[in-house]
Amino acid sequence: MYRYDAVDRAVLADRTAEFRDQVERRLSGELTEDQFKPLRLMNGLYLQLHAYMLRVAVPYGSLNPVQMRALADIARRFDRGYGHFTTRTNIQFNWVRLADAPDILDALAAVDLHAIQTSGNCIRNVTADPYAGAAADELEDPRVWCEAIRQWSSLHPEFSFLPRKFKIAVTASPHDRTAAKVHDIGLLLRRGRDGETGFEVIVGGGMGRTPHVGPTIKAYLPSDRLFSYLEAILRVYNRHGRRDNIYKARIKILVSALGAEAFAREVEAEWERIGTDGDLPRAEVDRIRSAFTTPDLGGAPSSGDFEARRAAEPAFARFVRNNLKAHLRPGYGIVDISLKGIGETPGDISADQMEVVADLAERFGQGDIRATHEQNLVLPHVRLEHVHEVWKGLAAVGLATPNINLISDIIACPGLDYCALANARAICVAQDIARRFEAPDRAEAIGELKIKISGCINACGHHHVGHIGILGVDKKGEEFYQLTLGGSGAEDAAVGKMLGPALPIDRVTDAVEAIVEAYLRERTGGERFLDTLRRTGDAPFREAVYADAH
Amino acid sequence: MPTLIRREGAGCAWADDTFVTLEDEAPDPGGDVIVTLSRFLAEGEALAARPAGRLGVRLEPEDEVEALEGRLAPVVLVALSFPKFRDGRPFTAARLLRTRLGFQGEIRAVGDVLRDQAGFMVRCGFDAFVPSDGSGPEAWALAAARHRHVYQRAADGRAPAFLERQGG
Repeated sequence: MYRYDAVDRAVLADRTAEFRDQVERRLSGELTEDQFKPLRLMNGLYLQLHAYMLRVAVPYGSLNPVQMRALADIARRFDRGYGHFTTRTNIQFNWVRLADAPDILDALAAVDLHAIQTSGNCIRNVTADPYAGAAADELEDPRVWCEAIRQWSSLHPEFSFLPRKFKIAVTASPHDRTAAKVHDIGLLLRRGRDGETGFEVIVGGGMGRTPHVGPTIKAYLPSDRLFSYLEAILRVYNRHGRRDNIYKARIKILVSALGAEAFAREVEAEWERIGTDGDLPRAEVDRIRSAFTTPDLGGAPSSGDFEARRAAEPAFARFVRNNLKAHLRPGYGIVDISLKGIGETPGDISADQMEVVADLAERFGQGDIRATHEQNLVLPHVRLEHVHEVWKGLAAVGLATPNINLISDIIACPGLDYCALANARAICVAQDIARRFEAPDRAEAIGELKIKISGCINACGHHHVGHIGILGVDKKGEEFYQLTLGGSGAEDAAVGKMLGPALPIDRVTDAVEAIVEAYLRERTGGERFLDTLRRTGDAPFREAVYADAH
Repeated sequence: MPTLIRREGAGCAWADDTFVTLEDEAPDPGGDVIVTLSRFLAEGEALAARPAGRLGVRLEPEDEVEALEGRLAPVVLVALSFPKFRDGRPFTAARLLRTRLGFQGEIRAVGDVLRDQAGFMVRCGFDAFVPSDGSGPEAWALAAARHRHVYQRAADGRAPAFLERQGG
């Protein structure tokens, strides 16, 4: 993993001191709320329905055990004993006092963490494949580029007051676990004909009011030209993105207004003028790369009694089936930790649970912890012989729910329980659906099915790319929910299509069940829900949900 | 009372502002003037030939800085306007003026100009500021020098972290 050097630490210390000064000026009244707002937002501090919320950056979702324990400590000292992992792989604390914010930032800085650019109209936390460095299907470790992007985008003097927020994702596997195509920029690592690496560059994807699957504007960008090209994209956007309407300010609107080809031409022209001056020297890329070597895992270890326990213990076997993924090294596995316990708040994790994850990562996981954009955690390097012990350790604190990619592995935004923008609740809808499908045999029989729930059109819960998307809307003061089907945030990215009229809250879970039953009737062979839907179209599902409305 | 702050070496100081900002139709009072881009483009030669007084041009965020390419010889000052401090376009304009158009005169931030942006402004090539938040030169000097290291190349010639690291 990348370790901060003296330069990184100094940048963070200076930034933290700057924010402490800004908070003091706000508390003394020297700064108005209007002047303070963009400053606090650039430090991840939101004013929510009930309290301030502090969003802590987890660059490319990567945490070490010391950092995880510091987050637990902050949850206890400054919050109500828990935190919430977000779809940007960040963690937010929902019950923070403004006066405490500088102390929290100091506590974070002590373990090389911060809240810089976790909100505001700037380049946000860059996200990566949570299996980076471990995935069997990976071309190269994408974190090398994520770390370089983290540095380049931090306190960028030219691009800190963009028309709107800006999100970048990097993946290096054919299977996209980052939702790259619905990002402002998605970088898909590719191998060139010369054997070097480069990126397919996707620009202008996004969700919110106007969802777009982003077009490819460059099929192959040599990786040593990445930063001049990013500078060109950001400059074109900074100059020409709309600033008159917050809902039309994302880069996706500019790209679709100009057309992808015309946008690409503008970027190319700017890129040519920047030249290689905008690129990162290879020595720096190599320096960063050396931090991301695969940990010394030794020779292929024995898998111990892994197979025997798997055969003997059905509950363990179920965990292995759903939460253990193929590692690039024999004898190892990638362990997914679900933060979607049945009836729990998706993404929430208590301080005690954080500490258990930290301990397990330290004892069995090479000290490496990842957060995923689907609001789960990952231990990417676990010996098969240790998986059983990890499972037991997780189960002891309610973290062994064997539901990764299943129907109860739901993304949900904080919704009206916390958020000042929400129209409707999202958490209780997720909880109710998870309870309905609690029986694990049934959930496994249904198979991969991604439900994503947003409490308003801003789509923080990614409903547009849910296989089943659920969007909360306000109808004359009542919570209603619009269902969409067929979305995907993976390599086959698609925006879901609306199924029919919005439903009241007490009909949502029934509607999901009706959709599931229709799928089970219609599916043939090994089809996933999405496969069946793509083959049959919406009709059987619409009929199932709205039949009794006729 | 002065309202203009200039960078002086590593610090900042109050400065007398001798420039008058002219609207498009306003008569030329003589002396140092700042004109809009459209007036500059329309009357550039006449403005350059004024017998006394220096010339400045004011750009709004939507004005293309490239319009000044090859025409900057008589210009000693470019004022970049921030109608709202959240409007980030002048940062790009300043950087391009310095690095692409080679402008060496004064680049002045006017409009909604806050000291909390000082560091970014200096990095992008601004060297004069008319703050709207009542802040003075000490605060600007502090804010501009806040960060000991930077991660990117910009218009200020500071060595980014990746070069510092190579240097040992």
